[in-house]
Amino acid sequence: MSEFSGTRSSQFGRLRSALQAPRQVKSALFLAAAALSSAAWAVNDLPGGPAVRQHDLHPPVTKIAAAQQDLHYLMLYICVAIFIGVFGVMFYSIFKHRKSKGHKSADFHESTTVEIIWTVVPFLIVIGMALPATKVVVAQKDTTNADITIKAVGMQWKWGYEYITGEGEGIQFISTLDAGQRALSDAGKPEGDNYLLKVDNAMVVPVDKKVRIITTANDVIHSFMVPAFGIKQDAIPGFVRDTWFRAEKVGDYYGQCVELCGKEHAYMPIHVKVVSAEDYALWVEGKKKEMQAKADDPSKVWALPDLVARGEKVYNANCAACHQATGKGAGAIKALDGSPVVLDEDRAKQIAVLLNGQNNIMPAWKQLSDTEIAAVITYTKNNWSNKTGQVVQPAEVLAARK
Amino acid sequence: MSAVLDHDGHGHDAHHDHPHGWRRWVYATNHKDIGTLYLLFALTMLMVGGVLALGIRAELFQPGLQLVNPELFNQLTTMHGIIMVFGAIMPAFVGFANWMLPLQIGASDMAFARMNNFSFWLMIPAALMLVGSFFMPGGAPAAGWTLYAPLTLQMGPSMDAGIFAMHILGASSIMGSINIIVTILNMRAPGMTLMKMPMFAWTWLITAYLLIAVMPVLAGAITMTLTDRHFGTSFFNPAGGGDPVMYQHIFWFFGHPEVYIMILPAFGIISQIVPAFARKKLFGYASMVYATASIAILSFIVWAHHMFATGMPVTGQLFFMYATMLISVPTGVKIFNWVATMWRGSMTFEGPMLWAVGFIFVFTMGGFTGLILSVAPIDIQLQDTYYVVAHFHYVLVAGSLFALFAGFYYWAPKWTGVMVPEWKGKLHFWWSLIAFNVTFFPMHFLGLAGMPRRYADYPMQFADYNAIASVGAFAFGFAQVYFIFFVLIPAMRGKGEPAPARPWDGAEGLEWEVPSPAPFHTFENPPKLDATATRVIG
Repeated sequence: MSEFSGTRSSQFGRLRSALQAPRQVKSALFLAAAALSSAAWAVNDLPGGPAVRQHDLHPPVTKIAAAQQDLHYLMLYICVAIFIGVFGVMFYSIFKHRKSKGHKSADFHESTTVEIIWTVVPFLIVIGMALPATKVVVAQKDTTNADITIKAVGMQWKWGYEYITGEGEGIQFISTLDAGQRALSDAGKPEGDNYLLKVDNAMVVPVDKKVRIITTANDVIHSFMVPAFGIKQDAIPGFVRDTWFRAEKVGDYYGQCVELCGKEHAYMPIHVKVVSAEDYALWVEGKKKEMQAKADDPSKVWALPDLVARGEKVYNANCAACHQATGKGAGAIKALDGSPVVLDEDRAKQIAVLLNGQNNIMPAWKQLSDTEIAAVITYTKNNWSNKTGQVVQPAEVLAARK
Repeated sequence: MSAVLDHDGHGHDAHHDHPHGWRRWVYATNHKDIGTLYLLFALTMLMVGGVLALGIRAELFQPGLQLVNPELFNQLTTMHGIIMVFGAIMPAFVGFANWMLPLQIGASDMAFARMNNFSFWLMIPAALMLVGSFFMPGGAPAAGWTLYAPLTLQMGPSMDAGIFAMHILGASSIMGSINIIVTILNMRAPGMTLMKMPMFAWTWLITAYLLIAVMPVLAGAITMTLTDRHFGTSFFNPAGGGDPVMYQHIFWFFGHPEVYIMILPAFGIISQIVPAFARKKLFGYASMVYATASIAILSFIVWAHHMFATGMPVTGQLFFMYATMLISVPTGVKIFNWVATMWRGSMTFEGPMLWAVGFIFVFTMGGFTGLILSVAPIDIQLQDTYYVVAHFHYVLVAGSLFALFAGFYYWAPKWTGVMVPEWKGKLHFWWSLIAFNVTFFPMHFLGLAGMPRRYADYPMQFADYNAIASVGAFAFGFAQVYFIFFVLIPAMRGKGEPAPARPWDGAEGLEWEVPSPAPFHTFENPPKLDATATRVIG
């Protein structure tokens, strides 16, 4: 793997810093833009995420990302050179061979030799581009011998992370956009350097370890991207795909879902925290304790107010995005407030809808625990104008699962 | 000058030779009238799609949601794409084909005049359905113009309307293509051999074959989507064991040749204009024909470069990467040939030539970003980001649309009988060129920085380039409004200097052998051509 960081990268590194040198020129260029918008936005570069007016790929933190960047520079320089060459000739001709300058047109219009030359030469250039690219393609796909394997499950509109093998095995949690961000977006009043990139639970991985990400999805296609790692892998329902990274620097790295997945597509960011081996061990220990404490006993019998209180949390985290906090729904999304299914005496009806989904619009929620499903059903049956007094116990949900 | 004689011969019934009023258009079988209908339809859809685009750019002017909610935003991006591809660019080229092909090859009309009428009028209900879908329950389709499964399964009833509309548009395209192929192969004037045909006819012949090959593939993909939605099949629905990736393979098997369907006729137009204003024959005519054919053939084996992020095996990625890079070779040959045509010519820069040179310059930038995207490891960084948006707008707006404008300024004297004043075309050109680059150049930066496409809201670090792009987009939009009101409408009303039969002294081809405006009927008797098949000799 060392070939992906060695000499070539430092060669381009210099060119890279040369490109970044004339800061004043750039800021002058953006004066007009600043007048338009940036003055209104108090925002700084986000380390591991986008920088203000970033105009290049992210600073790489893996060898693959560095190799991708080198390839990009290689391609860019070749293309710019050809561009200048070809259009140098064209504009020379445009200025010299004008009728207004009295230029008479020549009458050549064919040359097999020339045609062969400008077919063969580009062909050779293309081969020269393809060779280094091939090495990177092969390296990118080598997901063997991973230290840690994490399954990333795309859901409308959040990510589920399950640590499958390696240190931390068994940890699983859901990662969603931080609750306040969506409201800022709706209000048109964004704030913070990590606006739309802030999540409740970040994926945590150790530095310098090979992490294999397995992607899949529950509903529609999503895509898992972290630019600083040079990874982008679609998460496809019914299919399992994988990619990998070995982060070389401790820090926070950000990405977003990049495959159109419905209305909240812009609101399911990815935050990967790369920590030292010791910090990772501490995190694993803490997370496991937390999970044990949270694990609900499905045979526990709950009282109505406790279940409603728990259900409200589940509702806000999972249901409110579509059904709204008011329970009124919107458009194709049905209202829960006053819904016949919710008010029905037969509690099994609503349990079935949550476990199996409905009409291709309401997704199945079987990934929630029995207690969570019981709680959220009880909440909807006893909130807004719904006053059924019915209680659904976790045991009923467990029994309804096939 | 038999065309002129023909016209004189029919002069006595000039007022009775075609129907008037609405019948002239609804019952139209004349290739020129149908060409006009196609062009006006395409322009209307360009404006509709443009308004949707400005909706997108207005929302993205600043971070945060100001004008539309994310549901509507997704509808805007989806319908902008579908309307521009199927409603604006494709019909516009068919309009050019209808108007110019019979004139260029010395035919009296298209081969199947009534089918020609049908294929135009089919598009009207389809367009109404597409636009009307915004007012259906749940709004317009919002799954992106690529209509990826299984997101399409979650769409409301407008998805079915959209699928039906695309079926109809596909049928219309296939009929149009059959018409073009038969016209070119069967109705050329004696002496107009295939290798003497104007490049525009060649590129359209090849494009028509591409259309016939791939439109049924699209129809298949969206039909399977329809049966998945309503009839319990599971072609693409993973819940029933279907394969959403198969949808992408089928879609892009259509979708990639589709890209060339939208650019090959543009190459044809440019290949006519550059020699005309360089006053020099097209360099490497035969190699241009072969390059066009190679591009068309290669377009069938590169589709999965749209899918590098789905997780293909190494061999698959390598194959599609190599094949895609290979396309740059024949495309390069075309650019080199155009430059060689200009070389040591005697150039002037009237409206058509400005647009053509602008096309070559800006389209090549889109070609280079395409080459960069073809490299699979780079594509992993750039797939589904604004870099891709920048790339395909450089080839579809600066490519196809600029070529359409070039063609308009070139042939408008023949269509309308008046010269568009020089300065009007120049103003339109410079205004569009600058606004276009202000809009789309910053998107390269956004993409490199990782801003995903189809996002209603974005992190604030992306704010400045988005603001610039939005300003540019509105400027570009107004340039086209200027075109309609100050260029097109006056020309259609016949205001301006009368155009001679040969308004451009370097232009060659049979279309310049008939008077301006071209009479309703031309070449009713096959003309006798000279050895180069560019002049009528009796």
